[in-house]
Amino acid sequence: MVQLSLPRGSKPTKGKVHKAAPGSKDVKTYKVYRYDPEVDADPRWDTFEVPTGDHGPMLLDALIHIKNEIDPTLSFRRSCREGICGSCSMNIDGRNTLACTKGWDECQSHNITIAPLPHQPVIKDLVTDLSLFYAQYDSIQPYLQSDEPDPEQERLQTPAEREKLDGLYECILCACCSTSCPSYWWNQEEYLGPAALLQSYRWISDSRDDATQKRLDDLEDPFKLYRCHTIMNCAQVCPKGLNPAKAIAETKKLMVAPSRKKQAA
Amino acid sequence: MTQPNPTPGVASGDRTGRFVVQPNGHKTPLSPHMGIWRWHVTMAASILFRATLIAASVGLVFIVAWLGALAFGPEAYETALALAGSPLGLFVGFGLTAVLFSFILNGARHTINDTGNGLTIKSATALSNIAVWAPVPLAILFWVVLFAVGRVSL
Repeated sequence: MVQLSLPRGSKPTKGKVHKAAPGSKDVKTYKVYRYDPEVDADPRWDTFEVPTGDHGPMLLDALIHIKNEIDPTLSFRRSCREGICGSCSMNIDGRNTLACTKGWDECQSHNITIAPLPHQPVIKDLVTDLSLFYAQYDSIQPYLQSDEPDPEQERLQTPAEREKLDGLYECILCACCSTSCPSYWWNQEEYLGPAALLQSYRWISDSRDDATQKRLDDLEDPFKLYRCHTIMNCAQVCPKGLNPAKAIAETKKLMVAPSRKKQAA
Repeated sequence: MTQPNPTPGVASGDRTGRFVVQPNGHKTPLSPHMGIWRWHVTMAASILFRATLIAASVGLVFIVAWLGALAFGPEAYETALALAGSPLGLFVGFGLTAVLFSFILNGARHTINDTGNGLTIKSATALSNIAVWAPVPLAILFWVVLFAVGRVSL
């Protein structure tokens, strides 16, 4: 359901301001979303003034610096710090991205807003509950389903068949795309979202998989697939440069392909 | 296949079990979305399309009123024409023309997208820019032509 403003109890209030030491040079201001269910009644925006020379080049460096030196209670997910685990996905400067691959000097504003992934339940600070996101990924059955008996060696593909998976298999499930999508914001209980649909198309496109029709049947629903209105936020924010909107459009085309109609008849 | 329900919840109005009553007695907050998002023209085009649909529905009421006046007889029709030709009527007419062009251009954008084309960031941005910025100049051109050929006058 479309809900343009935040519900009561979710609107952040003005929080603490952590000033930089007098005389600090090249100070950046980070406006960070804070919420601790053990302590706070409502979320708040804390402001941290940090000299850029105190930490490394990425936003994750700035967050780690804030946690180590200014406020150890700040919570966020992080692991690989090289854009492959997808843990540190969050909304930075108005767009979803990975904190570890986003440089603070790439941000358009001087006051950089750092918020959790949009329109998700907040567990603490920048950590959101992604259980529905993972369950949706699970629901598309993201594994090979073949009618052939298990081969002695690997299942072979031609280079052309393998090439079809490029731009699909690289997804790291960071949830940047799904939580950037207004259709997903308003219908996330019914619409599978860009990430799950990209992965669904990844298996539909796999020449070794024999469950294509079943996978398409599972998406035959007014909401699961067809809530994509090509808003394109997903492709704009994907930190791996993938294009879920294109994958969704290709899936929609397969839904009405003559070969599928023939099979149904 | 039904949608998954990951964990049972206790907060009302939530079917996913993610919004629970927390130690502070409050329901799990929802993270900010519209309030923090930095817009791109593709998102603006999509929302504008929705607004266009609503405006077009209002326009239908005017068309029904016009047809109604026609059914009521020559006098009623003359009154309807006079209203449509008044400055306010012309302004509304201009607005509805812009809505119509927006509707056509956005529809064309979606048709192209449905064929699997125009979905790179660059081409989607270009198509959205056309759908957002072109309707008003096209409507101006349309009305300039109408005035020039004498079909409408003040």
